[in-house]
Amino acid sequence: MRALGLFLVFALVWLLLSGLMKPLVLGLGVVSCLLCVWLASRMHRVEEDAGPALRPLHLLAYLPWLLKEVVLANLQVMRVVLSPRMALDPVLFRLRATQRSQLCKVIYGNSITLTPGTLTLDVDGETMLVHALERAGAEALRSGEMDRRASALEASA
Amino acid sequence: MIFYPVLFALIATMALALARALLGPSLYDRVLAVNMFGTKTVLFLAVTAFMLGRPDFLDLALAYAAINFIGVLAVLQFFQSREIRQRYERQGR
Amino acid sequence: MASVIDMISFALLAAGGFCVFVGGVGVLRLPDLYTRMHAASITDTAGPLLVLAGLALQAGWSLALFKLAVILVFLAVTAPTAAYALGNAALVSGYRPAVVSDESGATDSEGEGHA
Repeated sequence: MRALGLFLVFALVWLLLSGLMKPLVLGLGVVSCLLCVWLASRMHRVEEDAGPALRPLHLLAYLPWLLKEVVLANLQVMRVVLSPRMALDPVLFRLRATQRSQLCKVIYGNSITLTPGTLTLDVDGETMLVHALERAGAEALRSGEMDRRASALEASA
Repeated sequence: MIFYPVLFALIATMALALARALLGPSLYDRVLAVNMFGTKTVLFLAVTAFMLGRPDFLDLALAYAAINFIGVLAVLQFFQSREIRQRYERQGR
Repeated sequence: MASVIDMISFALLAAGGFCVFVGGVGVLRLPDLYTRMHAASITDTAGPLLVLAGLALQAGWSLALFKLAVILVFLAVTAPTAAYALGNAALVSGYRPAVVSDESGATDSEGEGHA
């Protein structure tokens, strides 16, 4: 069932990306989609329930919030770069990640990195090593709001 | 047109990234610069697609984004394994 | 030709170009690898976001719009992954930040060798 769903998703992406309806192209599309499903099953991503156990509504709320954070952080870092004498105060610190699933940990770590001014350098079980360009960015992460929001993505089951 | 300022900014940034790639000083600075150059290339291709009115350039941009990502990971993997090998050899002596 | 859409699109593209350029300046100006990576992440987030949004207005409702969205999502997923790989590789090989107040607590096993 999962394989079929995966195949349909791949086929949709193929159609949207190619936009051509010639038989040859469609044939190639079917072959490559099947190949990708096979590759995915080889990686044990089809049978195993490693799939997204994310709560869609929370994800819908998370993305705009992340976008806002990214924009604000961008302005902050641009201000630092453009200031004549760069008064830098970088901090290297450890941060607890409370997410249970791998997927949410990845989302959290990537969100930290995606926000300019903070950078995940290492993940070790439940702690992450983070480099922040400014103390303010470090404090914002320590307040744990992003951590809470990333944890809220997990289905509570 | 409307595409000239952004094209100019992208080319200028590519030059800055190249300067960083040449200046180094560490290998990782160079990889960072190359990665950045690649991202700028993707944007450059996307803008060119619309400037020349040829949407197929977007496919090139997409393919380039994929190659750039895989390439950077491959280079890092290579450096890392070389680093580990060197450390091992140093200890072996 | 100079419709409202074109004006907004121009503004987005120019703003994106500016962000990208500032990121480039940062990569050249900042003192060490880890701080430079913060500057590079401007060009990986704000740059593509604004430039591709500007192009999306030019595309209208077409397949090109979908492709732009795919490029944006792809960049948004790969950029932090590549940044993590780069930062982690540098850390493991013992590359220490030049200016930093280290609050990471007890020294850990990584980075015992010096660069």
